[in-house]
Amino acid sequence: MSASANDEKLSPDFHVAHHFDTADQQFDSARMGIWLFLVTEILFFGGLFCAFFIYRSWYFSSFVEAHHHLDKVMGAVNTCVLIFSSLTMALAVRSAQVNDKAKTVGFLIVTILCAFGFLVVKYFEYQHKIHDGLLPGVHFTAQGFSSPHPGTFFAVYFMMTGIHGLHVIIGIGLILWILLRAQRGDFSARYYAPVEGVGLYWHLVDLVWIYLFPLLYLVG
Amino acid sequence: MAQGVAVPGTHEDHPSPKAKNYINAEAGVWSWLTTVDHKRIGLMYLVSTLIAFALGGFFAILVRLELLTPKKTFMSGHMYNQAFTLHGAIMVFLFIIPSVPGALGNFLLPIMVGAKDVAFPKLNLMSLYLYWIGALFTLSSLVLGGLETGWTFYVPYSSTTGGAVIAVTFGVFVMGFSSILTGLNFVVTIHKLRAPGMGWFRLPLFLWATYATSLVQILATPVLAITLLLLLFEKAFQIGIFDPKLGGDPVLFQHFFWFYSHPAVYIMILPGFGIASELIAVHAHRKVFGYRAIAFSSVAIALIGFLVWGHHMFVSGQSELASTIFSALTFLVAVPTGIKMFNWISTLWRSSIAWTTPMAYAAAFLFLFAIGGLTGLFCGMLGTDMHIHDTYFVVAHFHYVMMGGTVVAFVGGLHHWWPKMTGKMYSDKLGKLSALLLFVGFNATFFPQFILGSRGMPRRYYNYLDQFQPLHQFSTVGSWIIGLAFLVALYNLLDSLKNGADAPDNPWGGLSLEWQTATPPPTENFPVTPRVTHGPYDYSDDRNATGASDS
Repeated sequence: MSASANDEKLSPDFHVAHHFDTADQQFDSARMGIWLFLVTEILFFGGLFCAFFIYRSWYFSSFVEAHHHLDKVMGAVNTCVLIFSSLTMALAVRSAQVNDKAKTVGFLIVTILCAFGFLVVKYFEYQHKIHDGLLPGVHFTAQGFSSPHPGTFFAVYFMMTGIHGLHVIIGIGLILWILLRAQRGDFSARYYAPVEGVGLYWHLVDLVWIYLFPLLYLVG
Repeated sequence: MAQGVAVPGTHEDHPSPKAKNYINAEAGVWSWLTTVDHKRIGLMYLVSTLIAFALGGFFAILVRLELLTPKKTFMSGHMYNQAFTLHGAIMVFLFIIPSVPGALGNFLLPIMVGAKDVAFPKLNLMSLYLYWIGALFTLSSLVLGGLETGWTFYVPYSSTTGGAVIAVTFGVFVMGFSSILTGLNFVVTIHKLRAPGMGWFRLPLFLWATYATSLVQILATPVLAITLLLLLFEKAFQIGIFDPKLGGDPVLFQHFFWFYSHPAVYIMILPGFGIASELIAVHAHRKVFGYRAIAFSSVAIALIGFLVWGHHMFVSGQSELASTIFSALTFLVAVPTGIKMFNWISTLWRSSIAWTTPMAYAAAFLFLFAIGGLTGLFCGMLGTDMHIHDTYFVVAHFHYVMMGGTVVAFVGGLHHWWPKMTGKMYSDKLGKLSALLLFVGFNATFFPQFILGSRGMPRRYYNYLDQFQPLHQFSTVGSWIIGLAFLVALYNLLDSLKNGADAPDNPWGGLSLEWQTATPPPTENFPVTPRVTHGPYDYSDDRNATGASDS
């Protein structure tokens, strides 16, 4: 059996789209597209980080006081969960590259479970904040604060973690999509661009949290 | 003439203009709504943005009509606020930003690089749908109680006025994603899908401009997205990020907004520069003078454009040091812009200019943009700006740039590529008449506004002092001439579809790839992937032989 005939059995549904000359060209384009998309994501979050730093320097005492109300343990747990899910995601990409379908599927399932775990922890955190009235702007009702603008801290906190949480939810959808495709046998050493693309997205989601956790929970 | 590029088989293989092309390849509305052909998507963008332009123009005519008399002419103050807000919002977000990249860029970019389509055709269709969805949300303000914030959504206005702030903000947010995805698609296409032999320095200058535009779309628009999202939450839930009552900072909104919206000015004008380069080179039959200088100046403008947003905020209370730095950086933009102007004029010098309709528009562009660009320096200067900020001087300045620059270039480009897009020739006489009317009407409308502004007439005011009335009336009459000019151009183009002669493949003698394929192009653009052997402007003329031009 020749190498190309062997290749045909891998990723049987894969074909090069009509406007590309080669599979490599198609893969390079997809990869570049994903990286450019990640750049837009960084700028999108960049605006929020910028707002965080500006209000932190304006209302420093409020930020210090308010950040003590965040649950550092839960934040730390979530950080570990996300970093671990990044590892399993990377292993899933690697498994797809070496034609190991079972492992690809398995690692993707673990990644999704981690993502759900993250959301569960986040849910308890949010519930706690809502219960205590630690909310943005006019909705801030918590008592006993000595500094004037804790509501601004929670506006920044909820916007940043909320948008990040939305990215986690979208990530779950994307991982589920490649999980189903992986199960169908779509991916192989010959074609794994979607796994890699979703993987890169997931790493970015992880990376954003790696900045959010120390800034919001530890530094304040 | 077309020795610049060798496209095997093109000229021999198409028997008549009735051959299969991208327009008649498939029939039915559904085939258009589900197409992934960049040319069809471009055509749909063209129709959509032109409808938006007509609507925005309608509001402009209303605004000018109201300003015919110093007090109330025919509409209330609230209606007037809504009219100028919708004029601005529609023109900026529904027309200028998507028009050239969406319509001409989509149609031309893959053909110009010798590709069959953009890198991500489905994403391209999604951009169009996002544009439509965003446009619907924005236009829903017409029935949801209007919008009185001005197109900039400044915070005390947007958090305190009623109406459709949330719907419009969301609409613009969605259209932002359309813009990002278009830019992303174009950058990847230019990087990865160039035909064999199509090196970076054989790209038509329109593509360099589009490339620079796309970079700005990718890098700046996400910041607008997060800004508008925060504004949405501020408006809907009062989270206190921008509202000073709750400890927020409205000046931060201005910083965020202009961090996008100043670069967005270059999303609007850079494609206009690109079109001007094409029009001038092709209709003057001259190798472009300083190809690389024009190409790099586009990228330079895009990059410097990120560092000057603070010049919109000289009187917002930002620090004097910041203002000084922003002012200095603003002057820096004039350098690459000047490079372009001088290179265009050098290209025209001693060339064989064909006075076609596109050339007439290009000439109008050079005059109008020169005025627009130079008056920008007045606004960028700290001391002068204290006097003229928020006056009609600024209004006149950015209309000279946006309309005198981009719109005139866009309409010129439309006439330039119309035969290729539709396969029909329009009347050159009527075309030139529309260009002349536009030039006259434009100056009549906006030149008086420089004078009004320097005498202290504030922008966006509903009533004004009696002494300003003659100039305002002059301006209003000018707006009618502009309207007439566009009606003539529209009639001319639409009439060509029915009565125009069939267009040849290469009516202007252009050398870039779009002129080497059939008219209208087949769905796959070229029968065989072209091999590019020369640059897009390698016209042989005497001056090139003396080595006077860039190589």
